[in-house]
Amino acid sequence: MSTWWLRGAACLAAASTLVGCFSNRQNEGGKLYATHCASCHGEQGEGLRRLIPPLAGADYLRQQRAALPCLIRKGQQGPVVVNGVTYNQVMPGHEDLTDSQITNILNFVQQQWGNQNQTYTIREVSELLDACHGSDGQ
Amino acid sequence: MIRFALRRALGPLLFGLGSLALLPACSSSSADQQTARLPYIGERDVVPSPTGGPADTVYATIPTFRLTNQAGQPVTNDTFKDKIYITDFFFATCPSICPKMQSELLRVYEKYKDNPRVVFLSHTIDPAHDSIPVLRDYAERLGVTDASRWHFATAPQDTIFALAHAYLTGAQVSTDAPGGLEHTGAFALVDPNRHVRGIYDGLNKDEVDRLIQEIPVLLQEVSATPATATAPRP
Repeated sequence: MSTWWLRGAACLAAASTLVGCFSNRQNEGGKLYATHCASCHGEQGEGLRRLIPPLAGADYLRQQRAALPCLIRKGQQGPVVVNGVTYNQVMPGHEDLTDSQITNILNFVQQQWGNQNQTYTIREVSELLDACHGSDGQ
Repeated sequence: MIRFALRRALGPLLFGLGSLALLPACSSSSADQQTARLPYIGERDVVPSPTGGPADTVYATIPTFRLTNQAGQPVTNDTFKDKIYITDFFFATCPSICPKMQSELLRVYEKYKDNPRVVFLSHTIDPAHDSIPVLRDYAERLGVTDASRWHFATAPQDTIFALAHAYLTGAQVSTDAPGGLEHTGAFALVDPNRHVRGIYDGLNKDEVDRLIQEIPVLLQEVSATPATATAPRP
């Protein structure tokens, strides 16, 4: 019995239980956010007082859209102004995430908690990451 | 750069403790049988009574300390005389578990900030970086304006480490992160007799809710029994 037939059968079986063949990336942005971002920026993107900036309703996400992929990849230090408030806290970088994972996190954040900002393609994120030599092409 | 990792060694043991457990060793036969009491947490010693009566159980106490807070004021054991306090360990630039811990502790603070008998104490484990101005800025950014209600305190690092051990939060040099540190995100609830009466996982909302519920239980006990220099005897 050839293996392609088996694979096809397995896929069909999986699909029939509503777990599609390509669904393991579903909601990846939200899951990655919970793992890598929520402990500082809050589960609802609320930030922490004047210590850590919010993401929900943050003007920075629109104004600095092109800089965000490198901000996640390389982290950030020094003062940053969000919604008119100056924050100054170290944000760690994430060399452990792929370009596509960064894309999913950004798209989650740009569209969550009432945010209605432009999303990204993986290709765009990889191109933006080239600016900080932060693209892994994955 | 200090790294921060969660130590789980203490976790199941301490956080699994029942909230309002009656003391098995000290079930008092007095009139307050109806009142729930918080357990004593930590090392204990059984000391034979000099009078030949029943042996005393003696619980570990927080050692004598002297710290400096964000206002540049000294913080000692006497700062918390006749009060209960909640303590944790953090550092200002910590990007991993500290924000979550401090936002949970802030929740407790908001609940009790108008009660002068409940005080908060956060120790920095990075005294080299967290100078008094840094601690002051951190406190202000958190919205804490009165240093006497919530102390953000510093001391030489070995002092802080020894205290972390006493508060059962196990800060230590991390073997995984050379030059780094690790400890749990635990909160300790301390009574006026220097005893730890509760340990809570500061990263777990349910655990912090339990702390919020147990503070009045300890306050009630403290009101009923004036603080003494020694542990209350069964």
